[in-house]
Amino acid sequence: MEKHSIEQLEDICSQVRRDIVRMVHGVQSGHPGASLGCTEFFVSLYFNQMNHNSSFNMDGTGEDIFFLSNGHISPVWYSVLARSGYFDPKEMSTFRKINSRLQGHPATEENLPGIRIASGSLGQGLSVAIGAALAKKLNKDNSTVYMLMGDGEQQEGQVWEAAMAGPHHKVDNLIATIDVNRQQIDGPTDLIMNLLDLKAKWEAFGWEVIETKKGNDLREVVAGLEKAKSLLGNGRPVLNLLHTEMGYGVDFMVGTHKWHGIAPSDEQLATALTQLEETLGDF
Amino acid sequence: MEKTLDTKYTYTEKKDTRSGFGDGFLEVGRNNPNVVGLCADLIGSLKMGAFQKEFPDRFFQIGIAEANMMGIAAGLTIGGKIPFTGTFANFSTGRVYDQIRQSIAYSGKNVKICASHAGLTLGEDGATHQILEDVGMMKMLPHMTVINPCDYNQTKAATIAIADYEGPVYLRFGRPNWPIFTPADQKFEIGKAWKMIDGTDVSIFATGHLVWEAVVAEAMLREEGISAEVINIHTIKPLDTEAILASVAKTGCAVSAEEHQLNGGLGDSIAQTLVRNQPAPLEMIGVDDSFGESGTPTDLLEKYGLNAENIVKAVKKVLARK
Repeated sequence: MEKHSIEQLEDICSQVRRDIVRMVHGVQSGHPGASLGCTEFFVSLYFNQMNHNSSFNMDGTGEDIFFLSNGHISPVWYSVLARSGYFDPKEMSTFRKINSRLQGHPATEENLPGIRIASGSLGQGLSVAIGAALAKKLNKDNSTVYMLMGDGEQQEGQVWEAAMAGPHHKVDNLIATIDVNRQQIDGPTDLIMNLLDLKAKWEAFGWEVIETKKGNDLREVVAGLEKAKSLLGNGRPVLNLLHTEMGYGVDFMVGTHKWHGIAPSDEQLATALTQLEETLGDF
Repeated sequence: MEKTLDTKYTYTEKKDTRSGFGDGFLEVGRNNPNVVGLCADLIGSLKMGAFQKEFPDRFFQIGIAEANMMGIAAGLTIGGKIPFTGTFANFSTGRVYDQIRQSIAYSGKNVKICASHAGLTLGEDGATHQILEDVGMMKMLPHMTVINPCDYNQTKAATIAIADYEGPVYLRFGRPNWPIFTPADQKFEIGKAWKMIDGTDVSIFATGHLVWEAVVAEAMLREEGISAEVINIHTIKPLDTEAILASVAKTGCAVSAEEHQLNGGLGDSIAQTLVRNQPAPLEMIGVDDSFGESGTPTDLLEKYGLNAENIVKAVKKVLARK
């Protein structure tokens, strides 16, 4: 995968956002909010940071691999996988429909290239990523494991079991990112179940913690991931607190939990698309 | 009483099935460098210590965090490892059902879930630890293979066999010392029932520790002139329906025997097989919708009706229904 420039990444982000809203609109179901919020992160990973091979191989030997724990933001992942060559972008039109490989939440059952584990039931992805990172160490494979989870997901107990295990087993080939958008289904995380100081918590668990304060600014996202990479190999895994805005890029979706899991109407779609330039051709 | 009976299989030694797992696990570790072990703070109980000692780099202590253990095991398969997880059956299933369902079964991961202390024979620790629902939970999961061997030798053979099988497996075994009555050199065929004793009047389908009770029951029945066929169903899923139907076609009735709830166990699967193919009377030996309690394994099996005497009673009942 060639390393794209920030300008190229910007163009890709615009197209990915079009893909997200068009996919969710097309089936009138899905999760646009955090998909839009994490677009810069996914695009930076797949088009700039990860050394990966779109001719998919489940074991991912010798390449960087990525796990999505908060599987409901599948639209952004599907778009980025398709746009980076894992499958034909046209297949995005089947999202969440019968007989599709693009399930509502990511799955391996239909053999969609790029997906290595099912996710959707929250809290499981960090454990899986630790396992895959340990396998890489056993195989003397120096590539990196990346994973993303949500901030609401921090309320799941398994996350903290995994948080304990990562430093204990010196999983220093893993970069975990938390999408800190401060929203969850029932409202702001502060009101639903206060996460308090995530940085202090993860540091107390023994992780190298970095913060990406502007998670919708490509330069900051790339810089954050570069910094995370520089901290690898020192006996501790890295945790990246990525502050994003849910719904970023579509003005009426920004900054609210209300667009967590609903689809835009025809009219709303038209409005959204006027804000997002078609750069790579719609599916 | 057992000793005076002319059982078709005999034993000179008793050993726990978990030791069969531990010894088999060490052997697969030696034969296959991709086999790795994980344990949630029960290395001694699971008999995983010898593997850990010989292959420290391929063994991961996860602490008291079973959900995390299942997830890490799923992740280790990505990269070609063959993880064997070890904890009690209760913490291998009910506690981590969703992790197994999503990260292992639905994801089709090659994880071997090795579960000790299953059923009532865990004994004095009581009902919190005596899981009797694990087979039901595991057999309901698509892609999952469910195996419950009967003695030390069969457990060791099963442990070796599952390492070569690609896909998620639930391997269930136990704590008590139990007769070793199957051969040490047996070949374990996943999904293939083993007809241990030929008979013509009734088919006894047993799994796990109760296979021995079925062997004893056959001798008791023979003394009364009743010819029982004893079939060892070590693999509950996929079920060898062909062997079950062939046996019942001959005998015309059946008894199932297991150390598990009647709901969701082996008997349930056999009932379904019979009803859908060739209806025949079936009596089921198992725990009838209750939790266990503290006690010795023998006292518990007697109180809950899971022994040879009760299999004999069930046979007489089912024969009367023919």
